[in-house]
Amino acid sequence: MSTNSITTQKVNFKVFRFNADEDYLPYYENYTMDITSEEVVLDVLNRIKWDHDGSFSYRRSCRHGICGACAIKVNGRSTLACKESMTTMIEYFGNEITLEPLSTKRAVKDMIIDKADFWDKHASVTPYLVADIDECPSCENLVSPHDAEELNEADLCIQCGACHYACPAVEINSDFFGPAAFVAAYRFESDVRDSDAERLINVNEERQGVWDCVKCYECAEVCPKDINPIDKITKLHQMAFKRGVAKNNVATRHAVGFLHSIKKHGMLDEGGLVLYSEGVHIVKHIPVALAMFKKGKIVLPWNMPKSDKLDEIQKLIKSSSTVKF
Amino acid sequence: MKKLKYALFTGCTAKQSTPEQMMSTMAVARKLNIEMIELTEASCCGASHLQDYDDFLSLVLNARNIAYAEKHGLTMVTICNTCQLNTAMTKHRLDNNAELKAKVNEKLAEIGLEYKGTSNVIHFLYAIIDDFGLDKIKEMVVKPLSQFNIAPFYGCHNIRPSELHDESHKQKENPYNPTSLDDLIIACGGKNVDYEEKNKCCGFHVELQAPHTAAVLTGTAIAGATDQNADMMVTPCPLCHLKLDTQTKSASEAIGREVSLPVLHMQQMVGLALGCTPAELGLKHHVTEVNFI
Ligand code: SF4
Ligand code: SF4
Ligand code: FES
Repeated sequence: MSTNSITTQKVNFKVFRFNADEDYLPYYENYTMDITSEEVVLDVLNRIKWDHDGSFSYRRSCRHGICGACAIKVNGRSTLACKESMTTMIEYFGNEITLEPLSTKRAVKDMIIDKADFWDKHASVTPYLVADIDECPSCENLVSPHDAEELNEADLCIQCGACHYACPAVEINSDFFGPAAFVAAYRFESDVRDSDAERLINVNEERQGVWDCVKCYECAEVCPKDINPIDKITKLHQMAFKRGVAKNNVATRHAVGFLHSIKKHGMLDEGGLVLYSEGVHIVKHIPVALAMFKKGKIVLPWNMPKSDKLDEIQKLIKSSSTVKF
Repeated sequence: MKKLKYALFTGCTAKQSTPEQMMSTMAVARKLNIEMIELTEASCCGASHLQDYDDFLSLVLNARNIAYAEKHGLTMVTICNTCQLNTAMTKHRLDNNAELKAKVNEKLAEIGLEYKGTSNVIHFLYAIIDDFGLDKIKEMVVKPLSQFNIAPFYGCHNIRPSELHDESHKQKENPYNPTSLDDLIIACGGKNVDYEEKNKCCGFHVELQAPHTAAVLTGTAIAGATDQNADMMVTPCPLCHLKLDTQTKSASEAIGREVSLPVLHMQQMVGLALGCTPAELGLKHHVTEVNFI
């Protein structure tokens, strides 16, 4: 690239600072720097350390988007520092940039966080191949290209934690495994050589499992390796039904309830779905239902609208259904 | 200007729990002289839950919906973020996978339909902004909302995954710093409120299975808007609307703070600015009273 095309602009950085050994509370330090269009976020971290304050701490190792060490938050967005260009960040957010660790409440020193919760959750989904393998095989254990494709690139995860600490469900529910752990679970569940019988049951448990994902797509948006964790979560849902390990609970009935409604009305019967999903626990929704009813927001069963050409929909459901629950 | 005409995919809530969504969509369409051909044959999009159960069936049903828009030769307009996501995702997958498209078409052939991939699928918010034009809206405003601080609430499925957004909208929305709703608020004469939760999740999709997570997300969003002095929130998604409008009690309990704000559908806000009456916009259908008019 010719050097003529390199441009420079002034950027104000507000940088999270905290040393667990010395500080009672975190604080923010301001630095203003001329940023060239060639720099990535990691260059900025380096320059803060080299030019401004040698005590500034952060993690990095490979500088090639492989080790996963350097993930931080830029204006609240989880980012792999060595991969993300400053130009893109300035395009997104303008010239006022805040640099923070992936999780401020887990900060140990500046950008360095304690990732214990991430690794604990990763470990608890059996993130390895369970297979009875002959230690002295006479030939290679081949996996066909088609079977290898089933991994859907889940094996490319670098454990950076960007998705995990962007996930609102992780933040609110400390039991929730989180997107990266589900990617790991999917990677082995989709491997034809794996024979673990517990993993899929484990990741389907209530509170910690795949059914607590709020479907916000934050993980898909931030993943620097384009792994699309929520796509893997959806596939784990589907596997649970296909392999018959889906438990009969409010979450699974909520998914299946859509089929019943669509079969009957073409549309979703909202009240019917809540009743089907919750069973007797529907009583807890009565106060909200009454408030909605008063405002004309509840359609009574005999007034349920139906799609035109319902027979077509029913015919397709009959011929195209691939799962039974 | 050539009259705009769309195939309207109403989704299910506009026919049930958010009647005001349907009313205000049609009121705004009339004001803007947009013709809507309602896809009365359409089925539910699966709302991202049928997809968890039976992916292929959901593809077939969504392809059928789009095929009806194609039959009219029109762009499909959705009025729900989740309908938009599921329909656009189906389109994306079928348009990029000939084998899958053929399998789906094999099923559609049983009812005499074919998915071709000729109709675009866009949310009404972007139809207004991209096709009709913000400047023209601005010119048509008769009751500017100038005395109000309005907090935009974008809703996940309109802005993420952004790759789908890039395909269906002319103005690329930045998922970390979205601007469409803010621009629309300003065009309607209101003051847009900036707050951290504007592009976050409302929790709707796990209200039954993870009620605490859902309630915290709802409460934090309303609190975020309140702390920036918002008089109301506005959203293009009826599911976000339902969550923010009807679940304030559980949300308040979950975050330990009383929160409640009127939550307008994007169409209702535009309708007010264009001079539609509160009755036309169904403002009496809100659980959290719209008390400023
Ligand atoms: S889509 Fe699910 S797993 Fe991904 S960030 Fe959102 S809640 Fe977390
Ligand atoms: S899925 Fe992506 S974002 Fe999440 S840990 Fe792996 S590489 Fe990082
Ligand atoms: S330094 Fe290794 S991924 Fe960034």
